[in-house]
Amino acid sequence: MFACADYLIHIEGDPLPRDVDAQQALALLSSDAGCRAPVTGAVYGTLLNDRAALLALGDTMNAAPYKAPPKAPILYLKPRNTLAGHGARVAIPEDATGVEVGASLGIVIGRTATRVSVEQAFDYVAGYTIVADISVPHASVYRLSVRFRARDKFCVIGPTVVARRHVADPDNLTITVKIAGRPAFVASTASSVRNVATLIADVTEFMTLAAGDVLTLGVPHGSPVAQAGDEATLSIGSWAPLRVSFVGENARDGGQP
Amino acid sequence: MKRGRVAYAGAIHEAYPEGDNVRLADGRIRQEHEVVWLPPFEVGTIFALGLNYAEHAKELQFSSQEEPLVFLKGPGTVIGHRGVTRRPAGVAFMHYECELAVVIGRTAKNVRREAALDYVAGYTIANDYAIRDYLENYYRPNLRVKNRDGGTVLGPWFVDAGDIADVTQLELRTIVNGTLQQRGNTRDLVTDIPALIEYLSGFMTLAPGDIILTGTPEGVVNVNAGDEVVCEIEGLGRLVNVIASDADFGRG
Repeated sequence: MFACADYLIHIEGDPLPRDVDAQQALALLSSDAGCRAPVTGAVYGTLLNDRAALLALGDTMNAAPYKAPPKAPILYLKPRNTLAGHGARVAIPEDATGVEVGASLGIVIGRTATRVSVEQAFDYVAGYTIVADISVPHASVYRLSVRFRARDKFCVIGPTVVARRHVADPDNLTITVKIAGRPAFVASTASSVRNVATLIADVTEFMTLAAGDVLTLGVPHGSPVAQAGDEATLSIGSWAPLRVSFVGENARDGGQP
Repeated sequence: MKRGRVAYAGAIHEAYPEGDNVRLADGRIRQEHEVVWLPPFEVGTIFALGLNYAEHAKELQFSSQEEPLVFLKGPGTVIGHRGVTRRPAGVAFMHYECELAVVIGRTAKNVRREAALDYVAGYTIANDYAIRDYLENYYRPNLRVKNRDGGTVLGPWFVDAGDIADVTQLELRTIVNGTLQQRGNTRDLVTDIPALIEYLSGFMTLAPGDIILTGTPEGVVNVNAGDEVVCEIEGLGRLVNVIASDADFGRG
């Protein structure tokens, strides 16, 4: 079962997530408490679902190694070691100059979704969340090493799951990433190749999504790169923003991920 | 010790081999076909290796790689022994891949290869299907090829690491409708198990229940609806799977 009536939030130290109203969620967050990811299912990322990303690839899509533009949705897993919550401190790998902070709409699945039609897709959505899909910058998207996207805490989710009824049009939401001292990065879910309903339909044609799973709509092209010492604030629409800070690898806190 | 997980009479049970039968944890003994076989344990992160047997890489015309080719699979693709896997109508090349699956038993981070086998709880058999018609060259192999519902068969048993004398000398075989089609030996792994654990734990934390499907040897052929595919690994057992058509799944 996965359900979200209002705003689902899992405060660090609480045994279970709470389902609270907007004011209570803000009050909980104002105490500066850390959060866990408000979801526990599998997290599937979607690649190249931004028209600007395809435009940037341009003619190279027809050259080796790609040979043709993508047809089906291109997906990847964010495995369980990558999951972290609001306020997470993420280590920049020693051999990287920084990490890309991709901000994506996370579609939170509410019930088993197999062969779902576009028309009925929203019936399978419990709500939405903010996903900080972090990666080591890499030029090629041919055969990808998992070390670029599957490092510990490279998928920060939350702070809340926003119930579907609070989101009138998920395909027209402003996405913002602010890193202190730099101009904000602004994008929109409106520039997606597949919108929310089409993506759910095309993915569930070949694989089932389970209640509590998260499918990202995809990271916008040109996402900013963060270095150790940076703090990023990711926002979608007017939802409570997601905060992530970046530290050097040797400064990583010693606890279990 | 070998342990399985089966559904029987309204509950999920741990089960053990009892001659040709299975013994449930509560003492009941049943025939293998009377129970529904589930994956032998709750699976965590699923890693899979591409092109990890030299001869298979040659078969698919690939040259050597700079680092192991690892991709990830989701939990929804996993089914158990005697499960059924759908072959979509109209595809040209769907094939099995018999693979040794390594099960992690302890949290592992920055593990050196000398100590790596201390982090292995045991082994099971995997049959990791692929439909090559759906290959695209973005994040290859893409999930439409490798993460389909029912496309990853696991079991029948979880076998304790201590029961396998030498994991680097295990023969693998795949038999389709009674004909031996695929044969290999874990001695031919390009990147061996300790190196895989060292590599993966070098940039991410592995946890108990995570599994590494170590790749498949040469000898993959197309399978059709109705085919019975049996993957065998020395000391681990035999994993049976049947291919079904779109019609079986209510797809016109």
